[in-house]
Amino acid sequence: MNIFKPKNESDVAQIIRETNQGLNIIGGGTRGVVESGENSIETKGLSGIIDYQPGALTMIAQAGTPLKEIESALSKEGQRLPFEPMNSRALLGRVGSPTIGGVFAANISGPRRIQVGAARDFLLGVRFVDGSGNILKSGGSVMKNVTGYDLVKLLSGSYGTLGVITQVAFKVLPIAETQATLILDGLDDKNAVNALTTAMNSPFDVSAAAHAPSKNQTYIRIEGFDKSVLYRSEKLQAHLKKFGEAQVVEKSQSESLWSKIRDVDVFSDKTSDIWRLSVKPTAAPEIVSAIGFHQYLYDWSGGLIWGALPQGSDPRLALAKFGGHATRIRGKSGSVQRFQPQTKLIAELSEKIRCKFDPKGVLNTGLMV
Amino acid sequence: MEMPTPNQNVLNRKPELVKRLLSVLPRDAVIDHEAETKAYECDALSAYRCPPLAAVLPRTTEEISAILKICNEMQVPVVPRGSGTSLSGGALPTADSVILGVARMNAVLETNYPDRYIKVQSGRTNLSVTGAVEVDGFFYAPDPSSQLACAIAGNIAMNSGGAHCLKYGVTSNNLLGVKFVTMQGDIIEIGGPHLDAEGLDLLGLICGSEGQLGIVTEATLRILPKPEGALPVLIGFDKNETAGACVADIVKAGVLPVAIEFMDSPCIKATEAFAGAGYPLCEALLIIEVEGSKAEIDEQLEKIITIARKHDPVELREAKDEDEANRIWLGRKSAFGAMGQLNDYMCLDGTIPVTQLPYVLRRMNELSEEFGLKVGNVFHAGDGNLHPLILYDANKPGDLQTCEAFGAEILKLCVEVGGCLTGEHGVGIEKRDLMHVQFEPVDLEAQMQIKDVFDPNWLMNPAKVFPLSSSADRRNASNATG
Repeated sequence: MNIFKPKNESDVAQIIRETNQGLNIIGGGTRGVVESGENSIETKGLSGIIDYQPGALTMIAQAGTPLKEIESALSKEGQRLPFEPMNSRALLGRVGSPTIGGVFAANISGPRRIQVGAARDFLLGVRFVDGSGNILKSGGSVMKNVTGYDLVKLLSGSYGTLGVITQVAFKVLPIAETQATLILDGLDDKNAVNALTTAMNSPFDVSAAAHAPSKNQTYIRIEGFDKSVLYRSEKLQAHLKKFGEAQVVEKSQSESLWSKIRDVDVFSDKTSDIWRLSVKPTAAPEIVSAIGFHQYLYDWSGGLIWGALPQGSDPRLALAKFGGHATRIRGKSGSVQRFQPQTKLIAELSEKIRCKFDPKGVLNTGLMV
Repeated sequence: MEMPTPNQNVLNRKPELVKRLLSVLPRDAVIDHEAETKAYECDALSAYRCPPLAAVLPRTTEEISAILKICNEMQVPVVPRGSGTSLSGGALPTADSVILGVARMNAVLETNYPDRYIKVQSGRTNLSVTGAVEVDGFFYAPDPSSQLACAIAGNIAMNSGGAHCLKYGVTSNNLLGVKFVTMQGDIIEIGGPHLDAEGLDLLGLICGSEGQLGIVTEATLRILPKPEGALPVLIGFDKNETAGACVADIVKAGVLPVAIEFMDSPCIKATEAFAGAGYPLCEALLIIEVEGSKAEIDEQLEKIITIARKHDPVELREAKDEDEANRIWLGRKSAFGAMGQLNDYMCLDGTIPVTQLPYVLRRMNELSEEFGLKVGNVFHAGDGNLHPLILYDANKPGDLQTCEAFGAEILKLCVEVGGCLTGEHGVGIEKRDLMHVQFEPVDLEAQMQIKDVFDPNWLMNPAKVFPLSSSADRRNASNATG
């Protein structure tokens, strides 16, 4: 067993060039995607912010830079990662420090994804080492770039199977001056999703929309300058009148509420499998009842379902007729695949792409297949 | 601009090709007479022209699949075409190619407001996507200048942006799914009404691949509720540096306008002479637009104006109503036309880090002196996407070549300061041979191996994006077997 701890990009290239064994690619090891303790390559040594331009809303950092270092540098300038990546440590029972490279490699996006886009939408450029040990780059550090194929998007969400990301350039946004959350009580799932999509379809720029059946509450967040938030909060209450009287919480109360939703702080039992489903929002309540989750949470106005099932269950048969996809976030690998199996033609294309980037088959081998 | 020598073998087999195409398409979908193929000889990069062997205008995905199977079997290159508005030669044919136009496929297939998406055939024009939903208060956000004419297929091929992408993102940020046909004729569906399609991000890869990986026939697009209102403010400065610093301060202050447009002095002068929008004749002009309710607009404008005043603007004009707003936008929207009045022009599209703006503009003026050609700038300042317009005389021998050499220097400058060759127009043929300025051979190889996967014989829009010398072996391998 070898655990490699490269200090820089050329170390990474050399390790990969010389290996013929499969390597697990580990960032902070907090997402439970691959296990440390096997043959692995850890990116923690590739750490540090390389460039930060608050006036241009861009940052460049080495992939192993701890997320907390990035977030603290950003917050000093009143900025943030807009896509609100979750902290999965509590849900998965893990320790360690998430890295910025891991966030992009797994395309981790939280509640604000429905307003501003996913992690992959903010990634501007990558440097990475492919499975042959070539040091490659795509994209850049500017906000608009259509020069050549968008390997940046391809790498984001590829979970290390196409290359070890060594450096990322990404776009950031200002932290809103304030925020408020409207809370509706006692709606059943169908009405709750109806309220959420109604809010999303208003011109009042909703930044998050979730429903927690366990608390019997439906949440709608707005962010911006003080006066604007006040104005939109009143407008939205009127707009959602038919769903009941909304209670409004502000600032830190609203913030802590959304960090719990972001981190999926609803599953009391620690043993069941946790699934994450991306679906058409209005179909979500039917999907939940077809699958029969014993605990669940809706985010993205219904488009994201977090659900708990007994160990080894497979929600995909029930999901099939609705469309969308399911990924197991917690639970031992057994006969049920972690990632959604793909149609034959797409699976073939993806496999061929993987063979081009990793002909030796050494990078997180078999993870996404 | 060099294009590959047409494959004589393919030229010789035209009658057979046309016959086979007619076996899967109605007569009116196959254009093979020389007088008619001429209509497809160029796109909006009209300095380069070459009629194709034939053009086909299918009406269904299945017809496209049948066409591609035939072309793949006969080893005939295919050049996809949306509306032919590419500024980089993305739809420029070669003499041995078939133009595959999707213009007849323009239907709306599904509109879903609760889930905020619309599904259209890819030949539908950008503006008519918004046109299909605006009566219900929705819009499709990416808004390239050619939006009246350009097709969604082309938008996806080039990952088009527009003036408002500072807030709403470019095409790839608003694309949820596609139906897609490969060169082998396989029909594939990726994504759909849900977010973040599963597996490797093939959707992100296809978007911006310049029609080299396959033909998109249907697209599921994000639609958004229209904001309550929008108003611009116009701010003039006597120095480009000051305008640049003002943009950075606004962004840092946490205001996120939907658009920050920048015009430099040559462009302001031309625009004034042409449209008479009443712009101040200063060195740099910003048009900044914000959105929301009246109260929200007032709040944002107040913050912007407070920041702008600290930079001593020579002019600061707020729009009080729609009429005044239109007048502020009038000059910006007629800028290209105004420059066209002065002479022929070439429009470039490099992107730079916004912090480098003053240096790049200064250096561009020095280059202008060196090459003896005038350049005007009108661009999206919020995201650093420059549109230098180089004026030249198409009738003067050598002027086009000087203009291209000047353009190449500007794009190299963009890369040198940490930017890129193209922000929204695409590489096409125009910037193809500059790719080595931005990428190492190994980077280009990584991109080309993606094309190997989707189109092993390099038949789909083959002479674009990559320097001809880099792609030669791959293209010639297919010629040899053709």
